Amino acid sequence: MNLPVFDLSADPGPNFLHLLAATGHLPPVPEAMAGGSPVSVAHGTTVAAIRFAGGVVMVGDRRATEGHAIAHRRMEKVMPADAFSGVAIAGAAGPAVDLVKLFQTQLEHYEKVEGRALTLEGKANQLAIMVRSNLPMAMQGMVVVPLFAGFDHNHRRGRIFSYDVAGGRYEETEHHATGSGGRDARTTIKLGYREGMSRDEVIRLALTALYEAAEEDSATGGPDVIRGIYPTVATITESGFEPVSEEEIAGLFNQLIADRSQAAAADRGAGEVAVPAPKARRAKPRGSTT
Amino acid sequence: MSIPYYVAPEQVMQDRADYARKGIARGKSLVGLTYQNGVLLVAENPSKSLHKVSEIYDRIAFAGVGKYNEFDQLRVAGVRHADTKGYAYSRHDVDARSLANVYANYLGSVFTHEMKPLEVEILVAEVGPVIGEDAMFHILYDGTVMDEDNFTVLGGDSESISEKVEQGWAESMSFAEGTRLAVSALTGPDRSLTATDLEVAVLERSNGRRAFRRIPAEELAAVL
Repeated sequence: MNLPVFDLSADPGPNFLHLLAATGHLPPVPEAMAGGSPVSVAHGTTVAAIRFAGGVVMVGDRRATEGHAIAHRRMEKVMPADAFSGVAIAGAAGPAVDLVKLFQTQLEHYEKVEGRALTLEGKANQLAIMVRSNLPMAMQGMVVVPLFAGFDHNHRRGRIFSYDVAGGRYEETEHHATGSGGRDARTTIKLGYREGMSRDEVIRLALTALYEAAEEDSATGGPDVIRGIYPTVATITESGFEPVSEEEIAGLFNQLIADRSQAAAADRGAGEVAVPAPKARRAKPRGSTT
Repeated sequence: MSIPYYVAPEQVMQDRADYARKGIARGKSLVGLTYQNGVLLVAENPSKSLHKVSEIYDRIAFAGVGKYNEFDQLRVAGVRHADTKGYAYSRHDVDARSLANVYANYLGSVFTHEMKPLEVEILVAEVGPVIGEDAMFHILYDGTVMDEDNFTVLGGDSESISEKVEQGWAESMSFAEGTRLAVSALTGPDRSLTATDLEVAVLERSNGRRAFRRIPAEELAAVL
């Protein structure tokens, strides 16, 4: 690698994407294939973000699917974008993870070249441009839909931005969820959300939303107690992006399961909790092929 | 047909070196030294926004003296090189030695092929995982690279400042001791430096992924 020095007219400025293009490091977009996408790729599923008094909580389940099969059980879908913002991804896992890596580098690159970080608004717009540039891939089934949240030091509050495939950027006032189980998660959050909730309340609500989504959507992973796999949770506050410890999440999730088991047992009139049977209450008659 | 005057190559190189050295000597000096917790960079720089010391990558910092626009162009190129490399390979594959070589090649080629050499002297520093494994590469205007242990001084008056740093340097110095040593070395007999005349930054071993940290004026004033 040479030292990347440019003529004034060809200088990419603080933009890392332009730099990659100028140095020939940007991967080529594959030609469109007739009849949609013949390849089956891993897909990440449900992620959500909820605002609270001190900032934003972001959560994501851990499952990636490939068609009807489970591709990965331990995927991380909530990642820091920089010190004061986070990005959560749903959609084609490979392009999504690459998008996040590129976005992280883009923000840090700008900060180093310019000597100051972008505003939260600027970061959100950058991500919109990157999602839009993925449109040719999205047309072939490689859809990537991120959720962006961060602490805005100018407005002194947490902010959430959602995106569509075409790079549309929408600011959400209170909460949002996306991915295959996003609708179910959104409903749960909508019903449980109140103004001025605390951090702990919001984390509990977010975990409940993922639990409900996992019940209704086969592509969303529920808690895996046997392997000890729980959703990824992070908070973004005035002091920055902070992952919530696995013990705390496990504790909250186990509490949630215990509560549900108790309620289910009470429904059956058993009076005591014997074996946890969280799904018993929700058994509905359905057309089954087995 | 006009015949150009013959000038001996030695003379050409000598003239260019003199030109570059004169330009560098006009600027203020800078001290880089290793201390207990990493690498400390102390520059005499009254400007709050035009930095001489900057972050390149997770564990790598850049410092330059001489003509601002020229070393700032090198700094940006270094950030670009490091970020591209880290993106294409892995963050762990970005190291100071390779960056120093790239800088040396560029400076050497400008020195021999261009009309005017760059009037800069730069330092590429990297904090290691443990004490004694920090690296500092001091690169001159003509592409000469010096792998420095312990400390180095960039700028016009480097010899006398080096002597002063050498007398006080110790491997287990604290941040405060290192800063005071560097500042006293930069200070001459007829003048003194306060926190507002200085730009200080560290590559801290314990600072997480991004080791680089600027020392704010209040913290610096308290140390001095």
